[in-house]
Amino acid sequence: MDLTPTTLLPLALAGYVLGSAMGLLFLRHEKLAGFFSFGCGTLAALCGAVACVMSLAADATNAAPLQLQLLPTLIPYVQFTVTLDPLSAFFGLIVSLLAFALSLFSIGYVRGFYGRKNVGVLGAFFNLMLLATTLVVMADNAFFFLMVWEIMALSAYCLVSFEHEKPETRSAGVLYFVMSHIGTGCIMLGFLLLFQASGGYGFAGFHALAGNADWLSSGSRNAAFLLFLVGFGIKAGIVPLHTWLPAAHPVAPSNVSAFMSSVLIKSGIYGLTRVFFYFLGNPPMWWGVTVLTIGTISAVLGVLYALMQHDLKRLLAYHSIENIGIILMGFGAALMFLHQDALHPSHPLLATLALIAGLYHTINHAVFKGLLFLGAGAVLHATHTRDMEQMGGLARRMPQTAFCFLIGAVAISALPPLNGFVSEWLTYQSLLQGFGTTDSLLRLMFPIGGALLALTSALAAACFVKAFGITFLAQPRSEPAAQAHEAPLTMLLGQGVLVAACVFLGLCPTLFLKVLDPLTQLLTGLQISQQLTLANGLVLSGVNQAGGTVSTLGIAVLGVALLCIPFALWLVFGQKTKTRIGPTWDCGLKGLTPRMEYTATGFSKPIRMIFKALFRPRREVQREYDFSPYFTTSIRFEAHVEEVFETRIYRPLQRQVLRLSRRMRALQAGSLQAYLIYIFITLLLLLLFAL
Amino acid sequence: MKPDLLAIVMQTALLLALAPFITGCIRNWKARLQNRRGPRTWQPYFDLAKFLRKDMVISEHASWVFSAAPYVVFVTALLVGLMVPLVTVSAPLSLFGGVLAVVGLLALGRFFLALGGLDPASTFGGMGSSREMTIAAIAEPALMLAIFTVAITVGSTDFSHMVAASQSSGWELLNPTRLMAFAALFIVLLAETGRIPIDNPATHLELTMIHEAMLLEYSGRYLALMEWGASIKQLVLMAILVNVFLPVGLAADGSVLALGLALALFLIKVFMLSAAVVLVETVNAKLRLFRVPDLLSAAFVLAAMALLSTFLFH
Repeated sequence: MDLTPTTLLPLALAGYVLGSAMGLLFLRHEKLAGFFSFGCGTLAALCGAVACVMSLAADATNAAPLQLQLLPTLIPYVQFTVTLDPLSAFFGLIVSLLAFALSLFSIGYVRGFYGRKNVGVLGAFFNLMLLATTLVVMADNAFFFLMVWEIMALSAYCLVSFEHEKPETRSAGVLYFVMSHIGTGCIMLGFLLLFQASGGYGFAGFHALAGNADWLSSGSRNAAFLLFLVGFGIKAGIVPLHTWLPAAHPVAPSNVSAFMSSVLIKSGIYGLTRVFFYFLGNPPMWWGVTVLTIGTISAVLGVLYALMQHDLKRLLAYHSIENIGIILMGFGAALMFLHQDALHPSHPLLATLALIAGLYHTINHAVFKGLLFLGAGAVLHATHTRDMEQMGGLARRMPQTAFCFLIGAVAISALPPLNGFVSEWLTYQSLLQGFGTTDSLLRLMFPIGGALLALTSALAAACFVKAFGITFLAQPRSEPAAQAHEAPLTMLLGQGVLVAACVFLGLCPTLFLKVLDPLTQLLTGLQISQQLTLANGLVLSGVNQAGGTVSTLGIAVLGVALLCIPFALWLVFGQKTKTRIGPTWDCGLKGLTPRMEYTATGFSKPIRMIFKALFRPRREVQREYDFSPYFTTSIRFEAHVEEVFETRIYRPLQRQVLRLSRRMRALQAGSLQAYLIYIFITLLLLLLFAL
Repeated sequence: MKPDLLAIVMQTALLLALAPFITGCIRNWKARLQNRRGPRTWQPYFDLAKFLRKDMVISEHASWVFSAAPYVVFVTALLVGLMVPLVTVSAPLSLFGGVLAVVGLLALGRFFLALGGLDPASTFGGMGSSREMTIAAIAEPALMLAIFTVAITVGSTDFSHMVAASQSSGWELLNPTRLMAFAALFIVLLAETGRIPIDNPATHLELTMIHEAMLLEYSGRYLALMEWGASIKQLVLMAILVNVFLPVGLAADGSVLALGLALALFLIKVFMLSAAVVLVETVNAKLRLFRVPDLLSAAFVLAAMALLSTFLFH
């Protein structure tokens, strides 16, 4: 059998099905279930990743995209076909790459559940989720898309509720379930509008709409834009539709939260890309402005709320909102540049640059967020807590995990030379070059957006100093943290794969941009990787060289070379010096205890005070003392930060819905005669309506 | 197209040699202005040599991150210095990165500095790290917006292009846009280099310190690298201010005469800026920590006004 996408892709899909079946087969044998179910998933994901890379590489030679029919057509309109066009292959690559690393990690990770939970069920649903997500990004038919979309959402719901004995988990699961279905409803309506205009459910037919003059001037196009923005936006977690995300992601098992935070929310980004750049055609100006604004707000608010968390996984979940915002900033700018009317020409070159920035950040975020969640999983595995205030000192006890987490932290804080920096650099470049594209005041959005992006990445750096510093450095703050041990080999391998991906995407951006060429050809009709590459791929440039250049590889190599200066200084001055290990200076007390260390809450206090208009911090201190307030016998301290969207929008909304449903209860009195009358009246009304 | 190796070596040497001198000058002048005698101008060199010869004491709680931090701080400061034009119009590493890489590398150094502060489990270190990251976060938008204003008028994020483009313009250098952007960046410079009114570089043990708090547990060779890195960072930020906003006399070619002249002019400009820093440090008291955001938001507003004024003056 030769290795082509045609053979590998069905193999990958079959592998996920087999993994699922293995989980169910060995329901009673948890060790076998864990090994075979996640083992199958690992191999299947590897096949999928290779298939997608080969497909992207082959597309450079303009081959027709691979099409597969999975099941025979039973009902008209409903076709079970997948198409591996460059956009699908790119997102398929993201899904498969992460699925590979996460399944590998899971083989070791699920040992923590032995004897407590049913690993077979976990494996079955996990593989089902991988299968559904792979199909979501490859389906080429609205019906099939919605079916696998639902399977994806439901399997994720089952996995979020995996540890359902905790009430926190159950309520998060229900919130996710409800929000997800509101989103699906919007997407369905959007597809119905597209169906009305094109007369079919095939994606090819939707794409043909982009050139249709009637459709371009119709109001239902704007309605479709808004419906898809809300529908896919809920899945992606944009502000203000994000509340389910920080609730649901932390409570799932770590391998599941890693997949949800790094890949599942990207299915929303996939949907937005597919719809905005492939179906809807020439965008009006306000679309781009809306998306850019939402992106900027999501980025800033996401990171600000992340800073307030001391639950490690919740902190990471809030960072997903921030990064989705950064991706949407690129997309919003791209939509603004694509806009053309009688007065303003479009700027396809800049639009392509902005789109590349968004897509590059999509894969980057998937890689480093997956890595960070795996690190959090390893820490959770070792210390059995998600609370950072109980951690500390883990860098000495789990050095490999600490190193991997540090790489992820540097990458997500957009620090050179790793991958987060590259995609944010591209975003900055497209925003700055965009200033010259229009004369209206709208162009101020670009530099202001850039400044807010700078605020975002600086706050992200602060947040990850806190996340890494409090979790891994200094003294352990609790007994489990002091007893922590390094994670097993498969868990480290899973993290290692993603570290390698972070480094590759950071140091070799020009190699990776070549892969994006067929994709931008499909979406904007341009291939610009040549224009972005200078000096044989060493240097990455904005669209024109004068606009600015950067070379992460050069920075890294020269940085290592410059280490010869400290070495030379040591040779000249310091050869005779010795190094002693001593206690940390304790101001003359009798030794420092972990209780004197800075806490996560203390670390973010200055930011909480500066942005107190947003956070509305509240604290409550109760002391008990015997004879003088200076000698407190016990003290209780409580601090809260208000989540504005939750208290101002969602709670009142929820109360209204409940009140309305209480009123409606009168209708449902349980009397058969009353129900018959309702049916009769409804029929009568429908008849009148039909007349 | 290739970065010139000779230029890299020369500029590295210049950065290493000049940075402690500027620090020494500022300390000495500040003391004189306050009617004290002050340390010698050359004192920082003696300090560095002494630190390098001393034994090191490392905290028992520290991990490998503590030892990695000084190297990262030192190397990032040098890399940043190579991307900014000092005496030549085009910086040796301008191809490897412009404004965005400079800001990113400074943030990388700060990231490790803050981790190094947290690692020895001392409360002072944690306090310093927390404050450093907070102040950097609110200084960053002002810094970026001010530089964007210049970058947009030139159409490039590359310092060499910025310098080259503004070199030919005469009195335009004094237009309000650039003056306001300069003022915003000056405030950011005070924050980034830990000067009064934001931080006090002369303190070593009080509850208000920021930068020194993170260095408390460092000694010997590591302390030398940290101090030297901080001096280089200060010199580079000053070079950005003087050369982007007053790009007079930078050498366009590599002739010895042009380079010598450019070096002399560069020194004069940096001395003038240092004098301004000394003056600000002497006539101001340190701000309370929660007043610092007000000062930095003033910088942001200045930068935003500079941006808006591009509509009026171009």
